Amino acid sequence: MNYIVSIGKYFGMLRYVFSRPERFKVYHTRTFSEIETIGINSLAIVAILSVFMGAVISLQTASNMDSPLLPKYTIGYITRSSTILEFSPTIISLILAGKVGSNIASEVGTMRVTEQIDALEIMGVNSLSYLVLPKVIAAVFFFPFLIIISMGLSLVGGYLAVTTTNLASHEEFVYGIRAFFKMGDIVYALVKTVCFAFIITTVSSFFGYYTKGGALDVGKSSTQAVVWSSICILLANFVLTQLLLL
Amino acid sequence: MIEVKNINKSFGKNHVLHDFSAQFEAGQVNLIIGQSGQGKSVLTKCIVGLLEVDNGNVLYDGRDFSQMDRKERKEIRKEIGMLFQGSALFDSMTVEENIMFPLKMFTKMSKAEMQERADFCLERVNLSGRNKLLPAECSGGMQKRVAIARAISMNPKYLFCDEPNSGLDPSTSILIDNLIKEITYEYNMTTVVITHDMNSVIEIGDHIVFIHTGRNWWQGTKEEIIKTDNKEIIDFVYASKFMKNLKGKLG
Ligand SMILES: Nc1ncnc2c1ncn2[C@@H]1O[C@H](COP(=O)(O)OP(=O)(O)O)[C@@H](O)[C@H]1O
Ligand SMILES: [Mg+2]
Repeated sequence: MNYIVSIGKYFGMLRYVFSRPERFKVYHTRTFSEIETIGINSLAIVAILSVFMGAVISLQTASNMDSPLLPKYTIGYITRSSTILEFSPTIISLILAGKVGSNIASEVGTMRVTEQIDALEIMGVNSLSYLVLPKVIAAVFFFPFLIIISMGLSLVGGYLAVTTTNLASHEEFVYGIRAFFKMGDIVYALVKTVCFAFIITTVSSFFGYYTKGGALDVGKSSTQAVVWSSICILLANFVLTQLLLL
Repeated sequence: MIEVKNINKSFGKNHVLHDFSAQFEAGQVNLIIGQSGQGKSVLTKCIVGLLEVDNGNVLYDGRDFSQMDRKERKEIRKEIGMLFQGSALFDSMTVEENIMFPLKMFTKMSKAEMQERADFCLERVNLSGRNKLLPAECSGGMQKRVAIARAISMNPKYLFCDEPNSGLDPSTSILIDNLIKEITYEYNMTTVVITHDMNSVIEIGDHIVFIHTGRNWWQGTKEEIIKTDNKEIIDFVYASKFMKNLKGKLG
């Protein structure tokens, strides 16, 4: 019962988030600063994770290829398919749910408990669209870039891991990466990414915005934001995979 | 003038405001006093629409706020300034950005005009030259003063202050009280101040409403409150033994 009420409240919130902004110029500036906090500041962690993720995937693939009948380029091929289709969009989005989601929920939650949101409302500002819309736009716009970078770096990581350990040669790995390539896979991954970006920003803002109480409750909201963003990402991933691939 | 007519507000089974009515005149400092948890903050939040009343009406110079939709309320909100208990400054913005924020959102002022207005408001609260500080770099008293400057930046007709001197030392407290009194008279604002500080009551209260168990228990002037024999007020005003003894000695 409680869940149904919350879901209703969430969609009610979205209605206000997407109502017409008061001052375009202010939103413009806010969006750029959000691109910096949400997007640019996540570059480093995405880069590091992607390199190691790609490296481990290719090593795992290589070590599990017992049969001499399988050509060596399979390592490159499997590394590419799994990073592009699942690991980059989904795993990186889950990591971002942790980093960006907790950041958003604690920022918005702190504004709630220190009455800054009330101050916005008293002035006549639509606090939901002022606070949340720039975050949604920034994430929906910037996360695809992060994921493309992640895909590239995963392949670099895989390449370095395999070639330095002599599990496959330069030619074999690169051939595998290019084999049976479909542009559709990238599109599929980016569509998923955009959905995940939307989920992370709106779900986290929801928990922050409706925080009640004090500093301790901001911490709780922040945890809930990460947990529920992650759950929603996994559910959406399941649905989208069915819709887009089958 | 703000008129509050028979408002009721409950949270579940907790009936906080009972048929509350009061009038707050323009050009004077109206105080809402009472013990903690009696519904002072809930009352103010109902008046400004941060909480919805269960029933009853709130009229701003005859305009019925409680019947308005979001868009009509927005117009009235531009005439309201509010000073929150914890100042509620936007902590990602500097002092001057805080003051310019409502101007940026709702006026067509040029950058220079906004700057001029911000400087004027800062000077009014004796904080000239502190434009570039962040709220975290200001003391509690300074934050309150910046919040007042922000509240008056749009030239409001109505000013609400929720416990403006909680957490301040006595002399800073008096400074803030006097500032509120001066700007009220200067701009002929309808000012409503929530407080439980007896110093403020004596210092700035033109019209006083005593709220008890969510009801308008007593109202009058500061001269009257000292003389009244209402038991709850005596308990509130002379809460400490020291004050009680003092009252006994003075007769
Ligand atoms: N948002 C809320 N939800 C539920 N109960 C509330 C809320 N705000 C205030 N209350 C209750 O209303 C009563 C009056 O609170 P308040 O107006 O804050 O008192 P005070 O006079 O100290 O400002 C308290 O019992 C409080 O628990
Ligand atoms: Mg209060």
